[in-house]
Amino acid sequence: MPILEMQHVNKVYGGVTKALNDVSFQIEEGEFVSIIGPSGAGKSTLLRCINRLIDVSSGVILFDGQDITHVTGKELRSVRTRTGMIFQHYNLVERLSVIENVLHGKLGQKSTISGMIGYYTEQEKKEAFEILDRLGLADQAYKRCDELSGGQKQRVGIAQAIMQKPRLILCDEPIASLDPSSSKIIMDSLKNINQTMNITCLLNLHQVDVAMNYSERIIGITAGQIVYDGPSAELSQSTIHKIYQSGKGELITDVQGQAV
Amino acid sequence: MKMVKENRDMFRERNRSWLLAATVVVGLYIASSVITEFDGIAGITAIPKVIIWIAENLVPDAKAMTRLPKILKQLWETTMLSISVTMAAAVCAFFFALLGANITRVNGIVKRIVRTIAAFFRNVPDVVWAILLMFSFGQNILTGFFALFFTTFGLLTRAFIETIDEVSASCVEALTATGASYMQIIFQGVVPSAVSGLMTWILYMIETNIRSSTLIGMLTATGIGYAFDLYYKRLEYPTASLVVLTIVVLVIAIELLSNKIRKVIL
Repeated sequence: MPILEMQHVNKVYGGVTKALNDVSFQIEEGEFVSIIGPSGAGKSTLLRCINRLIDVSSGVILFDGQDITHVTGKELRSVRTRTGMIFQHYNLVERLSVIENVLHGKLGQKSTISGMIGYYTEQEKKEAFEILDRLGLADQAYKRCDELSGGQKQRVGIAQAIMQKPRLILCDEPIASLDPSSSKIIMDSLKNINQTMNITCLLNLHQVDVAMNYSERIIGITAGQIVYDGPSAELSQSTIHKIYQSGKGELITDVQGQAV
Repeated sequence: MKMVKENRDMFRERNRSWLLAATVVVGLYIASSVITEFDGIAGITAIPKVIIWIAENLVPDAKAMTRLPKILKQLWETTMLSISVTMAAAVCAFFFALLGANITRVNGIVKRIVRTIAAFFRNVPDVVWAILLMFSFGQNILTGFFALFFTTFGLLTRAFIETIDEVSASCVEALTATGASYMQIIFQGVVPSAVSGLMTWILYMIETNIRSSTLIGMLTATGIGYAFDLYYKRLEYPTASLVVLTIVVLVIAIELLSNKIRKVIL
């Protein structure tokens, strides 16, 4: 049974703009899938439909066998605790410490009161420290997040997602604001948790080469429609141009090809 | 070549708009002077005379100094009132602002209602509130309290709405995605992100309220405003000016203190 299944999903903004147009695909447990496509193609909308930060206009979303298209309240929160999310701009509570941000991953599974006042059990704290240690951030635990570098902040984001013990992690442009070395650390971390913890990963990426290196499967989106869904090894240059709707020599990947 | 020419046109146009703006300002000044029969030159030439009058009448003398303990006591009362009004209004305004901010609102209708209520309380001047409330409470400290409370509440609600919308969009999205509940998001995300912005507004309102409560005190016969009114009407100008001086010193002191506090919490 697939962990995630989208069936004919449409999203229309304001009755006119079609952000998603009849999107259907399945993702098996443990897969590492990248979504590529031009800016404004609907990649972010697609990810946010999966954890219901955005409501779809029509279609069905099945997560872990359950129809989550219209769940609300407690059920919706339960779906969200099982899906972690990582953002381009990290979206941490910058004025709180690293460890507090990691523990936020547990909020959805706590009672409202203890979550409000930030009460965590010793077990939860121990778990958070282990995750930080694993991501190489153990000695930053008590620092405030606004003191960290971009790459470190993104690792805190990943730690928070792992803290949720999710089945699926959604990554919205996780390396778009990072330098090449931090980008590698982040992508390696994601790949690592995908393989060792069997957490399914679905990423939006701008870097086609990164997508091809790290994921076995790529989904290409143009103007809200899926134009490619298959193994990354079979993604041809002409398909890439089709996804980005551009001619030969107009993409940065073309320039790299010429230089080599 | 064409681009160079276009550039020169752009600069000439900019100069023209500056000239136009200056003409409008001067024109408005002349027009309003004529309408209100205000003589600017007479106003400026009167300044030396004003300074002499101040030096003769408004410098605190020995008699004024004997009243200082009494003045300070009333100043203390006014300060405490301003602080307690501001804190009470801030707590109410925070919960209202949550309902009125785009990021944390419950729904659009409640948001609209909250913003309208806040605008109403804010746009009725505190002095008008004081006059209205005197009918129900009479001349006492409660009238002053509520008059200040209403305007402070209205203003802080508006300011808090802006602060919340500005600082917490990204972390609210992230905490929502973890499955956190509304109250958890508020206390773990919005409050820590917004706290320094909120504190800045609260400290500013304490300063403002000390100034406003002087004026309201004159109406409600309480606090430092009453002291000023009393001495002024008794023609004890040196003492009245001592009252003003103590207020100025206090407001400056509070401003310095709040700058310190701001540095610590940032």
